[in-house]
Amino acid sequence: MTVQVTVDGRPTKVPDGATILDVLRGQDIDTPTLCFSDNLTPVNTCRVCVVEVEGSRTLVPACSRVAEDGMVVSTATDRVRHSRRTVLEFLGSSVDLSVAPNVADWMDEYEADTNRFGPNVATVDQPVKVQDDLYIRDYAKCILCYKCVEACGVDAQNTFAIAVSGRGFEATISTEFDNRLPDSACVYCGNCIGVCPTGALMFKSEFTMRRQGTWDESAQTVTETICSFCGVGCSLELYVQNNEIVKVLSPLDHDVTSGHLCIKGRFGWEHIQG
Amino acid sequence: MDLRLLPDAPTDPERAAVDGLLGSPGSSWEGAVARTSLDDRIAHGGSEARNRRHLLLPALHTLQDAVGWISKGGLNYICQRLTVPPADAYGVATFYHLLSTEAQARAMAYVCDDIACRGRGAEELVADLEAELGPAGEGVEATWERSPCLGRCEHAPAAYFRIAGDIPARESWSPVDSESLLAWLRRETTTLSQPDSAPQVDSGVEGLRLLRRVGTVSPGSLDSYREHGGYAALGWAAERGPEHVIAEVEASRLLGRGGAAFPAGVKWRSVAESPPGARYVICNADESEPGTFKDRVLMENDPFALVEAMTIAGLAVGAEQGYLYIRGEYPYAEETIGIAIDQARAAGLLGEIDMSGGFRFDIEIRRGAGAYICGEETALFNSIEGYRGEPRQKPPFPTQSGLFGKPTLVNNVETLFNVLDIVLEGGEAFAATGTESSTGPKLFCLSGDVATPGVYEFPFGATLEDVMEAAGGVTGELAAVLVGGAAGSFVGPDRIDIPLTFEGAREAGLSIGSGVVMPFNTETDFGDITRRIAAFFRDESCGQCVPCRVGTTRQEEALARLTNEAATGTELELIDDIALAMRDASICGLGHTASGAIQSAIGLGLLS
Repeated sequence: MTVQVTVDGRPTKVPDGATILDVLRGQDIDTPTLCFSDNLTPVNTCRVCVVEVEGSRTLVPACSRVAEDGMVVSTATDRVRHSRRTVLEFLGSSVDLSVAPNVADWMDEYEADTNRFGPNVATVDQPVKVQDDLYIRDYAKCILCYKCVEACGVDAQNTFAIAVSGRGFEATISTEFDNRLPDSACVYCGNCIGVCPTGALMFKSEFTMRRQGTWDESAQTVTETICSFCGVGCSLELYVQNNEIVKVLSPLDHDVTSGHLCIKGRFGWEHIQG
Repeated sequence: MDLRLLPDAPTDPERAAVDGLLGSPGSSWEGAVARTSLDDRIAHGGSEARNRRHLLLPALHTLQDAVGWISKGGLNYICQRLTVPPADAYGVATFYHLLSTEAQARAMAYVCDDIACRGRGAEELVADLEAELGPAGEGVEATWERSPCLGRCEHAPAAYFRIAGDIPARESWSPVDSESLLAWLRRETTTLSQPDSAPQVDSGVEGLRLLRRVGTVSPGSLDSYREHGGYAALGWAAERGPEHVIAEVEASRLLGRGGAAFPAGVKWRSVAESPPGARYVICNADESEPGTFKDRVLMENDPFALVEAMTIAGLAVGAEQGYLYIRGEYPYAEETIGIAIDQARAAGLLGEIDMSGGFRFDIEIRRGAGAYICGEETALFNSIEGYRGEPRQKPPFPTQSGLFGKPTLVNNVETLFNVLDIVLEGGEAFAATGTESSTGPKLFCLSGDVATPGVYEFPFGATLEDVMEAAGGVTGELAAVLVGGAAGSFVGPDRIDIPLTFEGAREAGLSIGSGVVMPFNTETDFGDITRRIAAFFRDESCGQCVPCRVGTTRQEEALARLTNEAATGTELELIDDIALAMRDASICGLGHTASGAIQSAIGLGLLS
């Protein structure tokens, strides 16, 4: 079954159930996303992927809205550009996006001016939580995209160590009563790090090297291998700098992992360098 | 789920409170103190335990009511009983204003400092409480906090207050004086003189419909309700059957009175015709729009009518279970409706209903915990289900996938009240009242600078001026009227001839929303009023989507600069840009409407 949609004036047929984002990607229309990930259920909270759909009073999120037969979608209207630009300005003025991939390019593309709200505006600035040797939580960089909560919960790990707590601008990702991570239900699978779009969750190794000024992505190589800790066969991407592993990811499109790992695959590499 | 609990144990009162709601635990898996040999062989948990998650908010209320806050041990015990991860439960508990996860005085007063109470004694009350009890939240035995609108605008200033304990006390009162309030908080008195809150319900016209029993029927008596014609409508509906009822609702062209003005018949038909299986009826009584108090007046004074109307809705759409979601700040209305439900059940008018072949329908009350956003229907579903009250993306719409993922009919209290007359008179006759596109009667909540604040009923078609005249006219010289509440807009004195119909308001670029009509005279400090509205939306944004979470904050900041003479010249453009992004890109109506009042005040020159 297919449905016919029109995107920026061009009619196209897409499979039934495809989202607008699927359609846009199929047409090579660059669409910014932050809270979306291929291995998680769309939560459509960041609203940076919004598009205009004929007949809809408001803009709609491309990531979660399923394409319907006859739908007429526009991605480059003034309204779309305004909302995307303003959302980027909202985030840039309240959150530290300095290590978030792609965001600087989108800021340029949408001509976002993150200083326009004035010098003394509320931010989510706060101290970094360094509570163990494996990863850090820097919620000054958190855009509250819910991805880590999803990865910790029903979408991957089913551990439920973290959730959104509080409300509104004060809402934050937290363990129960903000308990220290080692005292929480966290099993250190690191799947939250794997999905974090802004570097708020980061390997301790990367965090330390960034602080020391030695983190250098241009000097890093990526080695694909299979995790040898058990027989599941998880694919690993070892990021190596100066002959040392500095972080480990798994490809999102891998049949076995969908990008997710366990503590052994994610952090067991330290034994290699022990 | 690998449920990892906290090491903290509940105190005896905490355990007793939770067991009082959930019953004693069936095994040590659910938190029984003694471990039996059977527990070693049979594990209890799984989906059966997880299916009780919807009891999370009632359980949190129970702890808050019993001990005054939600401790680690208490939360942990609830988590064990309901198989909810502690982080998740903490996220829910911290979502609501009326729940505290930090130790708090047992006696707590929430003082309304919102737009209707502001300038009518709220600040004096706050000053007295601060002098006697110390800064907000800090008193040991008794303390106080500021609160958004408490829905008692006809008698400002208002307060909601409670004392935690084995027999918790909750009161809502207006007008409240600090002397009586302090005496109550200090337990020097347990009874308040019954507040002078007999609602002013009046109308410039003959033949009240929605309000006709208010003040004449005895709210606590089913017999009295029957003497006033009660349950005739259900009898008719049961006799004719669901299709007839829905046809009459369609013929009435009734539009929802909660603010969105959606055709009720479309919803009813859609839920009734959904595939076989469970479906629900929800009455949205989370009346929290600043300046709105009509639903409270209806529920406190004519509760059986709501019970009857919900039962008709259940019959019509084939639902066996109804929920009444009422805001936590309405203790009297909650109690009154609870008594009505009990009496109706005892009389066979709920539960197994023995009418024309018999059908099943029952109503459960769910109490909100201080969150304006939970009046948004999908946030309301999440709240009942035991999740954070965050709105869901639509589609799917509630009539397809609502509460617990089942087709759900959600109607506001006032909308449901109309159903009784629609059934009794017929939809056509009902539609003869009002205008072509806005049929039937409408309640308006008059407060602010009017001589006689209260709830007023008019057939659709009355103008803004008519409605204000009925309330004795404006006190002082009119500067502007806030129509539709904080989510509405200001209207200037030159436009009070606007007919308060859905189409009339739309043509004028307004929304009548929940029926708030709040005039302000020329003495008003509109900078102060609009800053309070901006703060309201910043406080009440759930925080889920970026445009609303950050937008309401940036709006408040820009407005503060604009009105405090710290303007840099960019504020007006900023406010417009923020508003457009919130209106276009937010998930729900809160973000969509968070700028309307402020932009309209600027447009009328009220802030210059």
